[in-house]
Amino acid sequence: MNVARTEALDLHRKMGLIRRFEERAEEAYGQGKIGGFLHLYIGEEAIAVGAMAALKPDDDVVTHYRDHGYVLARGIDPGLVMAELYGKATGISKGKGGSMHMAAVDRHLWGGYAIVGGHIPLAVGLALANQYRNLPRVVTCFFGEGATNIGTFYSGLNMAAVWKVPLLAIVENNRYGMGTAVERASAVSDIYKKAACLNIPSVQIDGNDVLAVRDAVREMADKARAGGGPRLIEAKTYRFRGHSMGDPQRYRTKDEVEEAKARDPILLWRNFLLGNRIAEEADLRKISDGIEAEIETAVRFAENSPPPDPSELCANVLVAE
Amino acid sequence: MPQATLLQAIHDALLEGMARDPRVILLGEDVGREGGVFRMTQGLMRRFGQERVIDTPLNEGGIIGMAIGMALNGMRPVVEIEFADFIYPAFDQIVSELAKMRYRSAGQFTAPVVVRTPSGGGIKGGHYHSQSPEAYFVHTSGLTVVMPSTPADAKGLLASAMGGEDPVIFLEPKALYRTVRGEVPEGEHRVPIGEARIARSGDDLTLVAWGAMAPVAEKAAGLAAAEGVSVEVIDPRTLWPLDIGTIVGSVNRTGRAVILHEAPRSCGFGAEVAALIQERCFLHLKAPVYRVAGFDTPFPYALEKSYLPDPRRVLAAVRAAMAF
Repeated sequence: MNVARTEALDLHRKMGLIRRFEERAEEAYGQGKIGGFLHLYIGEEAIAVGAMAALKPDDDVVTHYRDHGYVLARGIDPGLVMAELYGKATGISKGKGGSMHMAAVDRHLWGGYAIVGGHIPLAVGLALANQYRNLPRVVTCFFGEGATNIGTFYSGLNMAAVWKVPLLAIVENNRYGMGTAVERASAVSDIYKKAACLNIPSVQIDGNDVLAVRDAVREMADKARAGGGPRLIEAKTYRFRGHSMGDPQRYRTKDEVEEAKARDPILLWRNFLLGNRIAEEADLRKISDGIEAEIETAVRFAENSPPPDPSELCANVLVAE
Repeated sequence: MPQATLLQAIHDALLEGMARDPRVILLGEDVGREGGVFRMTQGLMRRFGQERVIDTPLNEGGIIGMAIGMALNGMRPVVEIEFADFIYPAFDQIVSELAKMRYRSAGQFTAPVVVRTPSGGGIKGGHYHSQSPEAYFVHTSGLTVVMPSTPADAKGLLASAMGGEDPVIFLEPKALYRTVRGEVPEGEHRVPIGEARIARSGDDLTLVAWGAMAPVAEKAAGLAAAEGVSVEVIDPRTLWPLDIGTIVGSVNRTGRAVILHEAPRSCGFGAEVAALIQERCFLHLKAPVYRVAGFDTPFPYALEKSYLPDPRRVLAAVRAAMAF
């Protein structure tokens, strides 16, 4: 077994934290406390958690808009993230970003991006800068399978391959781009095969297996870091909730969703921990209790924080303002 | 002071900026071995190496997207887009990402990218090699938009753009690249972003023009002088943030304003300048604020001369304002 007990429990805690965080965010959204859109990551937590466990703290990360999981997996205080969702002055970006645009520059989290695929060239640029500056940092760029049908996927990864930049592209194939199944939108539904046209080594993994994610990310990131050029991982997963809140989900059956839940990444990992006697029920309960308390604190922090001052409206447009 | 063309002045600003700051990287299509479509970057790859002068794939969106990432990560990319007309594949990256970095992160990061691009007509380029897109970028908060018309301003403004913290769209009037010469200070020379230049002083009417229209405005002012009308010509140089104070000061004195640009008339930047003037100078105005502009058509090939404002068209607007 290639996972130490402390790490195994931490993986469990982080996946559970993201799950409970988002369930509480869902509640708050229902109460009208969170505005706009809310895209839940529920069912896909193993990818963010496995990847962050493999990456170094100063490796750069750029993500798509379903992005709460990454910042939490990197250890950002859930209160700052919840306050951002609430649009409070204490949020991670003072309420100027919101759900889809979580960024924390001191943690090398360069943001979530909601123009699908638009962030892929940015990730290439971050990686080129690391290469130029001789920094041993890998840039990991997360996006969904839907983003592999837009030009920036090819144009960005082509540049990454031409200049052999330290980039790891992680495609989270959750089967649906909004409501369109991958087979209906992509001529190639095994997304990892698309990397072949750019000579980028790639692999397909079970994105619901947190250990498989961690190991694949570690291996691919190390190769990219060593100067081997970009790598691509297709992590197959499934989104348990709608695309965003209020999605009627006419594109799939309830049975399909229920069937997928049998492979809930948290359930799989729980079974692994118990089955291999890494943890007892009591240990896991203790972790759950800790998560509840942490989320409660986060919600209270968001609730009690002030909204941004109106003077913030025009701040941060230009540096020279 | 030595004389230089606009092209030489911009080249010198790039060269000196690169020599000063190792974070400055040039990237674009054929900017390296080929020296750029207008030979602007000739010799820079030989001098600074392939790591700092990067020949990119034909991929405008990718180039600017990549430059954003590089800028976030501590570098100073200066992008060349071969023609302003080719910037539209990168429009999403500029509007959705580049312009918004600072705001969306509440100042956590910003992307000091300079996007240089030859703009405007005058070379019989037809509809893909002649347009003036400045209004799109002025309309996008978070961008600084610069368009010089003299060699000294080109050098000084590009140096300021490269040394600043904000993303800059740097529009170069390509019709003037080799057709204007002027004195250019040697060595480090900066012209502040956001300060207009009074190209010619006058008392009866204020004529605002930028890019390749600035010399047209000066010629028109000469024609008007022959008719006894004293025209003040203001070249804003930086379109955004606009030095509206200089324009308002002038119009409050002259009481008349004409705005001149190459871009199509409707929703051109002239409309914004006219609106600002009427808001701030209403009681001083003796005539409506007139615009002389390109036509509301795609950019023409054979009829380019008819499309582009010339001194006689400007003079007609000056006369109309004087006679009102």
